[in-house]
Amino acid sequence: MCLAVPGKILEVRSSGEEQVVGSLATVDFQGSRIEVSLAFTPEAKQGDWVLVHAGFALNVLDEEEAMETWKYLQEADVAQLEAGAEEDAAANRASQAD
Amino acid sequence: MKQQSTQELANRIADVSQQLDRSVQLMEVCGTHTVSLFRNGIRSMLPAHVKLVSGPGCPVCVTSQGYIDVACELAQRTNVTICTYGDMVRVPGRAGSLEQQRARGANLRIVYSARDAVRMAEQDRDRDIVFLAVGFETTAPATAAAVDEANRKGLKNFFVLMGHKLVMPAMSALLSAGDIPLDGFLLPGHVSVVIGVRAYQPIVDVYHKPCVVAGFEPEQMLLGILHLLEQNLRGEAKLDNVYRVAVTDEGNVAALQAIDKVLEPAPAVWRAMGSIPESGLELRAPYQRFDALAHFGLKIGPDYDPPGCRCGQVIQGKVEPADCPLFGHECTPAKPIGPCMVSSEGTCAAWYKYGRIIPNAQGNKETQLR
Amino acid sequence: MTARDTSNEEQILISHGGGGEMTRRLLAEHIVPPLNNELLGPLDDSAIMPIAAGRLAFTTDAFVVQPLAFAGGDIGRLAVCGTVNDLAVAPAIPKALSLALVIEEGLPIRVLDTIVESIARTAREAGVVIATGDTKVVEHRRGDGLIITTAGIGEMRDGVEFGLERIGSGDVVIVSGRIAEHGLAVMSAREGLAFDTELESDVAPLNHLIGRLFETGADIKFLRDPTRGGLAGVLADLAEDTGCSIELDEDAVPLSPVARHTAELLGLDPLTVANEGKVVIVVAERDADRVLKACHADPLGQHAAIVGRLTETQPPLVELLTRAGGRRIVQRPHGEELPRIC
Repeated sequence: MCLAVPGKILEVRSSGEEQVVGSLATVDFQGSRIEVSLAFTPEAKQGDWVLVHAGFALNVLDEEEAMETWKYLQEADVAQLEAGAEEDAAANRASQAD
Repeated sequence: MKQQSTQELANRIADVSQQLDRSVQLMEVCGTHTVSLFRNGIRSMLPAHVKLVSGPGCPVCVTSQGYIDVACELAQRTNVTICTYGDMVRVPGRAGSLEQQRARGANLRIVYSARDAVRMAEQDRDRDIVFLAVGFETTAPATAAAVDEANRKGLKNFFVLMGHKLVMPAMSALLSAGDIPLDGFLLPGHVSVVIGVRAYQPIVDVYHKPCVVAGFEPEQMLLGILHLLEQNLRGEAKLDNVYRVAVTDEGNVAALQAIDKVLEPAPAVWRAMGSIPESGLELRAPYQRFDALAHFGLKIGPDYDPPGCRCGQVIQGKVEPADCPLFGHECTPAKPIGPCMVSSEGTCAAWYKYGRIIPNAQGNKETQLR
Repeated sequence: MTARDTSNEEQILISHGGGGEMTRRLLAEHIVPPLNNELLGPLDDSAIMPIAAGRLAFTTDAFVVQPLAFAGGDIGRLAVCGTVNDLAVAPAIPKALSLALVIEEGLPIRVLDTIVESIARTAREAGVVIATGDTKVVEHRRGDGLIITTAGIGEMRDGVEFGLERIGSGDVVIVSGRIAEHGLAVMSAREGLAFDTELESDVAPLNHLIGRLFETGADIKFLRDPTRGGLAGVLADLAEDTGCSIELDEDAVPLSPVARHTAELLGLDPLTVANEGKVVIVVAERDADRVLKACHADPLGQHAAIVGRLTETQPPLVELLTRAGGRRIVQRPHGEELPRIC
């Protein structure tokens, strides 16, 4: 009975109430971002993947395993790769034109 | 490729099930599993003699009518704002649902996190904020942290109406009653993130049922079902975990400590199942001042079962929704009678939404699940 | 940065709706100039227009969205697009809209200005005029701020015969682009659920895109915009009304990664989430590619895709072929889909 979703920590900052709500993290879900308490995952850091439920991170996830388990996470990678490839191609054309 | 791996798993399930050569009944005890199994069409991929039955896995469904009645009564007070997760607003009490209270002018806010309720209390000291603390062990740590936060901030206008339920006591009660044949449990992935795989040891030791913790993606659920069938084939009853990316043997110690600091197990009333000892959570003595019942001087009243409603048996997996005479006739998502139809994760709601209702030879409606 | 002092901010007052000098000033200074056109200019009780020979499409709509502004749009843009799109799928060429504003006393005039500007811009984009209107002010109630009612007229397209009886097994279902974005964007701006997102409402006028479809000469049998109830709602209606089943391919339904992930986060099924800039098209199979190409040529149809087909299976149901390789039924959502946690 528990909707929890994987997301990536963009940044961690102090909440001022570390003993209670832990640090606060901005977690990204392929373009949507929410503030998440790291009270139950104090070891989590920027760049980590975490499982988020009701505004709290419940566990730190291995990135590769996360990609394997939640297949839709791979969709973003493809989109980003394509975007990256387009940028590279544009940059190449620009430098060739010089 | 995504579909190949789920198809492979489905093929292996068909193989093992054929080797088993008997009917197998597996229970899941998580509303999110109920919905995910349906939404992904997993049921349609299983052989006919692998049966999936839903247990008491929807904490909203098992929230007693008395609890809803108190929530509605509080909602009617002009100075109170009820903060709740979205799941709760349509559950009917004796005098209607929270949604209906809102239509009559009650102040009701849907929140994503218990912390949002604390923030609301901080920002508006003139109003009393009552948070409906419902859910299993996955959600309990958030409630505990919210109360702890409110305590440290010295908030005088934040309260919780306690309604958390614990999964293991319910499963034990079900198994003790021994009413239905079960060949294994698909265990709830996210409750298990918190409590750990070892928490389910008694199910194996005392009741000798195969158990597998699984997540909610299609590959996860199929893999979990496959492992349960393989255990059956080998005549085993063990604890297994296919959701290792998120679930460990000991669970999340910080979350368990957070729960333990603020909350303690207590008897709880499960709608249509009665009172189960040590199956709920209440505030510990030092935090009693945050208890909504204590502060507002209210009590949870008795439940009332509508005549003909078989939710109690559905919740325990004793009957299927289609066996209830009200299902699909008087009781539909548009006009729900019992809790199993009201909650979006209730067994009856899931059957109704994702199964096909067709007229049978007698002209009555029956449900066929693909 | 100092906090904004709103105590002196100009607000709408009851007197603005009284019909007297303050009403005239409100119209003259804040409402008419951005919208001004030949029909509206005279500010008569009725706009006078020539009637086209043939048939008139006539629609009405009310807009009560909260919050008034959200990523990708606001209630003003929504009002114009919602009305224009209802006409466009008739299928008609939208011509003129009426605009009735019910303003709650206390709404900052600055907010009204922004919304009226948005209405004007969207009307220009769609190629329609706001021909007539009305303004009332009500006492402060729930803090909604503004409610908009519209009516719209359009000229029915020549030579097009929509009819449910023309739709049958073998026909193809196309969606003009990525779904669920409007509903999710609006939800992300709601108090209690607020979160940052790249997601923007897809609210847009579809009449130009739909015009392109008819220019192909394809046999278009059905058009509908999947607003409340989402794609699931439209297809459930279609199955019921035609007596045909529909097979929907989950992998083919266009959905951005951020929308997918956000829907997961909120526990929502993207098929049931509202869209305000998408159209569902039913077309004969032989015309499907032509229609798809026409969509792709339009800025609003970049991600158009064939998502399903009609079949003879009885009883008529919408069945989803899931990503996992299974099957399940798709039904009209019961009511407001709420975010889940438990």
